[in-house]
Amino acid sequence: MSNLTTKHLLGIKDLQKEDIELIFRTADNFKEVINRPIKKVPSLRDVTIANLFFENSTRTRLSFELAERRLSADVINFAASSSSVSKGETLIDTVNNILAMKVDIIVMRHPNPGAAVFLAKHVDASIVNAGDGAHEHPTQALLDAYSIREKFGKVDGLKVAIVGDILHSRVALSNIFCLQKLGAEVMVCGPETLLPKHVASLGVKVEKDLRKALEWCDVANMLRIQLERQDIRYFPSIREYVMRYGLNKSLLDSLDKKITIMHPGPINRGVEITSDVADSDQAIILDQVENGVATRMAVLYLLAGRVE
Amino acid sequence: MTRRLLMNGNRLDITINRLCYQLLENHDGFLDAAIVGLQPRGVFVARRIHQRLCTILKRNDLLLGELDVTFYRDDFRRREMIAPSTTRMDFTVENRKVILVDDVLYTGRTIRAGMDALIDFGRPDCVELLTLVDRRYSRQLPIEPHYIGLSVDTITEEKVKVLWKETEGEDGIWLSAAESSTVQSS
Repeated sequence: MSNLTTKHLLGIKDLQKEDIELIFRTADNFKEVINRPIKKVPSLRDVTIANLFFENSTRTRLSFELAERRLSADVINFAASSSSVSKGETLIDTVNNILAMKVDIIVMRHPNPGAAVFLAKHVDASIVNAGDGAHEHPTQALLDAYSIREKFGKVDGLKVAIVGDILHSRVALSNIFCLQKLGAEVMVCGPETLLPKHVASLGVKVEKDLRKALEWCDVANMLRIQLERQDIRYFPSIREYVMRYGLNKSLLDSLDKKITIMHPGPINRGVEITSDVADSDQAIILDQVENGVATRMAVLYLLAGRVE
Repeated sequence: MTRRLLMNGNRLDITINRLCYQLLENHDGFLDAAIVGLQPRGVFVARRIHQRLCTILKRNDLLLGELDVTFYRDDFRRREMIAPSTTRMDFTVENRKVILVDDVLYTGRTIRAGMDALIDFGRPDCVELLTLVDRRYSRQLPIEPHYIGLSVDTITEEKVKVLWKETEGEDGIWLSAAESSTVQSS
């Protein structure tokens, strides 16, 4: 198989396992490309990509933009704060105006869950979901699973714990779908208030004790506490959260095996993980960032290359 | 589908030998030269040439690279996608004499993409082209080889396939009438 089965990347849930494996194989090639003296290929030189960010983002936007430029695509950036959205324009009008400028692919982050699916139904361009509310963040899940595959040589059969604010996390949901499709066992761990009510129905293990989760897993993906998404207080204080769910070096060293630590960034050092854990040789956080560019190049290349 | 043997394993071996000595004529001692095989099938020719040159020169430091040109092709978005192969270039080509190697030279489009891919690894002193089979009178670009194993006159409906012990169990060059007249990748 050398073609994706889908025109858009809206979420991992709708993706076939074969699609994910194709993205990974293609990302292997792009990882080699971005380590060359000239880190650029001309494949997408006749493709225009619009990055629409209706929500703040630094690393995802930079990663996408770098991926686009390294494929030689023309790139236009659009931030909601500086746009006519604040003047009352609807999403479809905004996007159709952009498409009238002959844009082929839209990369969109939006605060509303389902925004990418909605857009895909109404406009004639490939849509890449760069995060829609607390729903999905597919490219983050792809780069996380790709980083696990790179470290272990496989994903199948591994045990992955996702720790922290599961309730507000699109990274958690996309990761669960992606890891399960690739054959990994997934556990979520966090305080009761930050675990979605029916999360076990996704086929994941649920654990409230961090030590037990760490003893179980091969890989721990430590999520950030998303204070900006929390409308009420879900735990008494940051200090209490750190005491029960923060990962520090002594806890990590007390385990009887060396587990791999991941973090989607940005890190709140001293909250979900301490500095010495983030900088330890067990952490693959910076590998995740590099792999983010390679996997996003693969996604854009494969979407752009589809012959309708 | 009819198939005709153009060159058997023994003759192929003699041809590889001849190409190696032609290379040595032009690249005294092979001190600043590098052999770069094009993926997916040119790498087999390049590996054979490299191995033979190492034996002749009694050296094991000759540079060998393998270059995939998928991301440089001019038919992306115009036909079904081709799965990329691995690029292995552990050296830069800056100021080196590069011998680009492919199995079958046909339209010349792969070589054009190959030259674009190559200069992403530096500015070579010069680039030469070695092809095991040259399908004459089929070029769509102004590209001609410096070293030729075998020249054949073919029509579009025919295909030339080089088989290797490593992948097909025996060495040989075959000519066959293709089922359709689609342009092959070589």
